[in-house]
Amino acid sequence: MLRLEPRPEPSRQMMFASPLMAAVLMLVSGYVIFSIMGQPPLYAFYIFFIDPLTSLYGIGEWLLKATPLILCGIGLAIGFRARVWNIGADGQLTIGAIAGGGVALYFQGVNAFWLLPLVLLAGVAGGMAWAAVPAFLRTRFNTSEILVSLMLVYVSYLLLRYLVNGPWRDPFGFNFPQSAMFHEAAMLPLLFDGLRTNAAFILALLLVVLAWFFCQKMTAGFRMQVSGEAPAAAAYAGFSDKRNVWLALLISGGSAGLAGVAEVAGPLGQLQPAVSSGYGFAAIIVAFVGRLHPLGVLLASLLMSLLYLGGEAAQLELGLPSAITGLFQGLLLFYLLAADLFIHFRLKKVQPPAAEAPATSSTTSPSEAV
Amino acid sequence: MSTELMIAILASTAAAATPLVYAALGELVTERAGVLNLGLEGMMLVGAIVGFAGAVTTGNLMLGFIAGITGGMAMALIFAVLTISLQTNQVATGLALTLFGLGLSAFIGRAYIGVSLDGLKPLAIPLVSDIPLLGPLLATFDLLIYGSFVLLAAVYWFLTRTRPGLMLRAVGEAPAAAHAIGRSVLGVRYLAVLFGGAMSGLGGAYLALAITPMWVEGMTAGRGWIALALVVFATWKPMRVLLGAYLFGGVTILQFHSQALGIKVPAEFLSMLPYLATIICWC
Amino acid sequence: MQKLPPRLELINVGKRYPAVVANDGIDLRVYPGEIHAVLGENGAGKSTLMKIIYGVVAADTGEMLWDNRQVTIDSPAQARALGIGMVFQHFSLFETLTVAENISLALDQPPPTAELARQITEVSVEYGLPVEPHRPVHTMSVGERQRVEIVRCLLQKPRLLIMDEPTSVLTPQAVQKLFETLRRLAAEGCSIVYISHKLDEIRQLCHTATVLRNGRLAGTVDPRRETRESLAKLMIGRELPRFHWEPRTAGETRLSVKQLQLPSSDPFGTALEDIELAVRSGEIVGIAGISGNGQQELLSALSGERTTAADSVFLCGTAAGKLNAAQRRRLGLRYVPEERLGRGAVPSLSLSLNTLLTGSEQGLTEKGLIRYPALRRFARRIIDRFKVKCGGEQAIASSLSGGNLQKFIVGRETLLSPTVMLVAQPTWGVDIGAAALIRQALLDLRDEGVAVLVVSEDLEELLTLSDRIAVLADGRLSPTVPTRETSIEQIGLWMSGAFGDQTAIPATEDPVEIFHA
Repeated sequence: MLRLEPRPEPSRQMMFASPLMAAVLMLVSGYVIFSIMGQPPLYAFYIFFIDPLTSLYGIGEWLLKATPLILCGIGLAIGFRARVWNIGADGQLTIGAIAGGGVALYFQGVNAFWLLPLVLLAGVAGGMAWAAVPAFLRTRFNTSEILVSLMLVYVSYLLLRYLVNGPWRDPFGFNFPQSAMFHEAAMLPLLFDGLRTNAAFILALLLVVLAWFFCQKMTAGFRMQVSGEAPAAAAYAGFSDKRNVWLALLISGGSAGLAGVAEVAGPLGQLQPAVSSGYGFAAIIVAFVGRLHPLGVLLASLLMSLLYLGGEAAQLELGLPSAITGLFQGLLLFYLLAADLFIHFRLKKVQPPAAEAPATSSTTSPSEAV
Repeated sequence: MSTELMIAILASTAAAATPLVYAALGELVTERAGVLNLGLEGMMLVGAIVGFAGAVTTGNLMLGFIAGITGGMAMALIFAVLTISLQTNQVATGLALTLFGLGLSAFIGRAYIGVSLDGLKPLAIPLVSDIPLLGPLLATFDLLIYGSFVLLAAVYWFLTRTRPGLMLRAVGEAPAAAHAIGRSVLGVRYLAVLFGGAMSGLGGAYLALAITPMWVEGMTAGRGWIALALVVFATWKPMRVLLGAYLFGGVTILQFHSQALGIKVPAEFLSMLPYLATIICWC
Repeated sequence: MQKLPPRLELINVGKRYPAVVANDGIDLRVYPGEIHAVLGENGAGKSTLMKIIYGVVAADTGEMLWDNRQVTIDSPAQARALGIGMVFQHFSLFETLTVAENISLALDQPPPTAELARQITEVSVEYGLPVEPHRPVHTMSVGERQRVEIVRCLLQKPRLLIMDEPTSVLTPQAVQKLFETLRRLAAEGCSIVYISHKLDEIRQLCHTATVLRNGRLAGTVDPRRETRESLAKLMIGRELPRFHWEPRTAGETRLSVKQLQLPSSDPFGTALEDIELAVRSGEIVGIAGISGNGQQELLSALSGERTTAADSVFLCGTAAGKLNAAQRRRLGLRYVPEERLGRGAVPSLSLSLNTLLTGSEQGLTEKGLIRYPALRRFARRIIDRFKVKCGGEQAIASSLSGGNLQKFIVGRETLLSPTVMLVAQPTWGVDIGAAALIRQALLDLRDEGVAVLVVSEDLEELLTLSDRIAVLADGRLSPTVPTRETSIEQIGLWMSGAFGDQTAIPATEDPVEIFHA
């Protein structure tokens, strides 16, 4: 008979093992799902997880799709460390794309070295501005940043749809709801010939390093962590809660904005009715699976990016709905949350209670702690 | 404004408000038991697609609604096991439930895109349409709109007038104290979360079986989150949930009647209104 | 009465948690009509043992006999069915509900409300426990709430009543009233298990005392025939530690509070009214009073966690009411909060990172960057100086015992060279060894000229430590008087809020005893 018992100290090994456990459990579920769908599971696995990476082009796509996930994921991870729940990264990404795209369209035809940096900065600023709304409302009216940031996602989608259907529609675009293609000078340079991976990937890697430095070495990062893990201790130490909320939202909004502008100034090359494939939401999973640690976010982004590619491949090769990606993403997060139980608890073999001993009751602890 | 237009507006307001009423009342009970389930959106989506699939498969709308309820409860059960038994973080788990629901419903829904079916019809109660003033409006109400009023009364009565309701509030307020006097905190919370799931599932099914009788990916479009906001806006009082839901319903349907009302604003901006209204109501 | 068979008998009961053995081989016999003390330090296993009896926790080994019949108690409901009632230390009441609703929820088959209200009134009159059935609990004082708990138990006609540290929330006068009620119950044949670590109360009230030490049985004695010292020795296994309090002349005023007003942030909290207080260099001022009378509000207003009018708090001559906690720290204020895990220390972080919480301006950081080596050195210094038992400076805060974490926090604040030291509940829940070390540290600070303010529920502690003492009751502060010129009776009177306009009550003849347990 096995029983859960609390560990005297949270397990560091399990901290790192649980994302792996979650990934394995996700694969097991995948096996079951593929079987149910009537696919030979091993072949489906091959198509889903291996085949996309067998060509150089595929690897380029892998890094390309990982880029917005890294950018959004890093920002969210920093915010989540401070327990500021920005779940509207997809909206900030969209606004980043609009702001950056707007600058690119405004200077259409200007061929200057400063254009690309300006476009990128506009994207970051756009994301920050969108995230500033929940930050302001939370610090001023104590409004939940979860709801506000999320509501603004829908607003941003509608705004983008309005722009590409109306004022910013390409006049020579056969009435398609999309903007003109951006000029070369506003576009992110490609890293390798023949691959679509662009300079944004380098920016993302840079951000990983910066974020690591911020979280580990800087007092500002320490303050945010304390504010998140023990708000009372932060108040005791005199760390400002407002500053914490603002920083968390500006950082996560800014990096999501960068992700957005990198999409339109990268693979898309124009504004389209939808610029995100749900990257802002997937990045929530990335942040958790990455243990809110910059390096973990990098690895988790690569995994999630593979899920996107695999979904597309599964649709092309196996005729499976690409929505299977979302299913895998959701399962991954569930398994992670469940596996995290073992950080604080361990399984222990117990002897069946002897005849005279009172029966063990298992219902004591969980109820009280909530 | 003509009477016909007025009735059309009020009728579509009621229809738009009803899924919010169900989901929000379910969440209200869940939160009163001390659990915050942020996964409403996911539960509604699963309720919508399972309900739709159920109705298409069986050819029976009522079975469809029951399927929707079951779908929502299944999702709620996942949430309950994770947060109540395994003590995972409620915020993270709720988000996960929403993301999972998004993926799962899209996955199931692939087979139902483009399928149509006859939606829920107004309930023909004899003589109702003869009631002066209200009659023509009431004649447009379907079973679930009436049902939402009944649910409201039932939730109110349960929470304020019954001993199990008192127990639920006690568990929500001071779980340690409830445990100390020998009440099952886990049991009460499981039931409350499952009830919340059932109501979200029903609300979702109503979207897919009554309002727009078809399946569209992500068709809840944030309604789960709006319902969540409603609960707080209503300060956890059932009556105010109804009021809030109808306010939001009114804002939501504005875009459909903008032409008739002579509003000359791009449709996208009118569609933003419910989301902006949610933010404003929250401050 | 010892002729009757025991009502409750525990034989060789044990309970093991992952890190500790809470109970090991405990025998306990409680007879009808007996008031039986279970005595022990914090962490000696008293609470676990009571939870086992009440069915909240299951024992790993041993057996339990009720009226000579073997029983297993799996839940509080089952315990109640046998006739066991329990009054919890942290009350199990629901704030928003009324007394009658609260009691109704705990009963398995409650009568209709009107009938229940009548029964409540009847019991409360009979036992001298005034309680109004229809009052919401959140409007009641802690003492009143305890009465509700007791009435709730009595309505179930208990044959065994467990009282868990019942007097910590009562004024000395109310303690005497409670004892009358308990003696009366015992005279009617009810058995009472009385959990406490207060030696004098037990000698005064109880017929038998079972003493626990480190989860084991240290002995069963008749407390009426024991001295304070012999009971204490049984409880802690050695002599009570002694320490030296010498009178000392105080210096200039370092912390002063003038007409401090503060509304409560919590709907059920207490607002502060016109607080006047001064703490001088080289003295310890004690604030007595029962928790919930504005202690949290006062501490947050002094520490800077909440701000007030600028001129209502002065720190070393600077108007500090508007300054936040970090700014006040720059003026030399150090603070040991009541809540150690989660406020005084971040549970999930290492001790060395926890020094950064308040020490960031003491050379632990440079240009916004964390100096890890300095952090580790500082943490090691605290651990050595204050004898903190832990797995080194990288041990996470939540892995420390309450007493050791408190030593760490007191150490951190002490070594950050305070000019004013604010301490809340310095030894609450701390073992006697650690408590002695902490009290000595506070005395040393005072002798070095620091102005020390101690807010504590433990009256004995304040009478031992402080040079001057005041009482906080219902958000108002009594006059501050020299501790050696006052008496337990006067302080007790003030604790019930009866200080009105009178300036000083002459000290009574019997001087304050100096206790240390």
